[in-house]
Amino acid sequence: MKMQVFAGRTTKEILRDPISMIFGIGFPVILILLLTAINRNVPEPIFQLDRLTPGIAVFGLSFMALFSAQLVAHDRETSMLARLMTTPMSAADFILGYTLPLIPMALAQSLICYLVAFALGMEITVSAFVSLLLMLPVSLTFIGMGLLCGSLFNEKTATGVCGALLTNLTAWLSGTWFSLDLVGGAFKTAAYCLPFVHAVDMGQAAVTGAYGDMFPHIWWVAAYGIGLVTLSMAVFRSKMKTA
Amino acid sequence: MDFAIKTCGLTKKYAGRAAVDNLSLSVRRGELFALLGVNGAGKTTTIRMLSCLTRPDDGDAFLLGSSIRSDEKEVKKCIGVSPQETAIARNLSVRENLELMAGVHGIKKAEAKRKADELIRLFALEEIEKQKAKTLSGGWQRRLSIAMALISDPRILFLDEPTLGLDVLARRELWSVIRQLKGRITVILTTHYLEEAESLSDRICIMKDGKLCAIGTEKELREQTGAASFEDAFVYLAGGGDLQ
Repeated sequence: MKMQVFAGRTTKEILRDPISMIFGIGFPVILILLLTAINRNVPEPIFQLDRLTPGIAVFGLSFMALFSAQLVAHDRETSMLARLMTTPMSAADFILGYTLPLIPMALAQSLICYLVAFALGMEITVSAFVSLLLMLPVSLTFIGMGLLCGSLFNEKTATGVCGALLTNLTAWLSGTWFSLDLVGGAFKTAAYCLPFVHAVDMGQAAVTGAYGDMFPHIWWVAAYGIGLVTLSMAVFRSKMKTA
Repeated sequence: MDFAIKTCGLTKKYAGRAAVDNLSLSVRRGELFALLGVNGAGKTTTIRMLSCLTRPDDGDAFLLGSSIRSDEKEVKKCIGVSPQETAIARNLSVRENLELMAGVHGIKKAEAKRKADELIRLFALEEIEKQKAKTLSGGWQRRLSIAMALISDPRILFLDEPTLGLDVLARRELWSVIRQLKGRITVILTTHYLEEAESLSDRICIMKDGKLCAIGTEKELREQTGAASFEDAFVYLAGGGDLQ
């Protein structure tokens, strides 16, 4: 019950912040609309909706890390966390209360991206919904990163790392805006060591029904998701002891 | 004597330096007890240890008989803390903040609502109960912060610098709120404002370099030092006078 109450607070804090709404929902939708409009006005289409949509959905999820990091760091800085730690709440209540509300938010955000893409002409198929569901493990990666940064840094730094750095890394290293083959070399190798391009490749493979091509990307995404959530939980718990 | 708090050789060190050094004191039930001292005297560290936020390196403290080392759960059930920073949920309304604190203490929804109603009345928060906490002035945020600490009906309340940064009027208003609590629950107050300790407290403990320097009523401390005012007594004690 304590966890549910705390999760309710997390939800309200994020959903009542207009910046969260603008960046979390508005920005990815605007990107899809804008790039589709560009596509229609050039002789040779640059983007295909079934390749673009999973990429933008992954990019949109990077804002989940920002929301999570900002909230945890703010609670630490303002002693809200210290106040809550003097109550009978357990470590699990805290961790679940901070992370669980972000999962439906992430799914809702991805759903909106896909619905806009359907409205713009992307084919409505079972594969598209499989691709949408695959955003769930991707969201864990970003939520884990957010909790980690919020536990380690102050609000300003956490916002910088998750807001500017992470969103840019997701954009540049995901292969959404340009093929990584165009750059190649160390850039491509580095990108494939990170989860972003694997998340997009996995989503693109699923949306076209080429389920076999989701491998090995799905393992990378799962490993990063589980690894980051586990690490962030350990760091948060250790920070709780030394708060 | 029926003690609410009893500390026995409580010690906390950071990087080899004692922030609180062998602190032994007792606070009576229902007493408003002030901890005074200059910056770095160890007041906040003491409160953090007593509220189970920081584990002592040595010694122990007993809150209503429960040890902060071995009965953390029991201690947390009987305390309320209003931290130095105004620790409130910024996008939640005044009422939601109160109900949040009730919920995380495991209080059921209907009871949480009833307790929130009660505190809204006690702290005269009716007009702003639906307002988001981030839109409140510093004085109202502090008032809310104390109300949040009281929602679980704590038997011991820690107020860490409750009026820091407030103007004179807001401070006086908050004093009257704190006075209402006197006798009903045990209150541990840390402050930099000497007149605050003088005006509100039953007894005052002066700390210096993590150690207990002097303890007594305002009158007793003045008499011990032969000072004309409490401020002179504090300067004498915190500035290096030796009354041990």
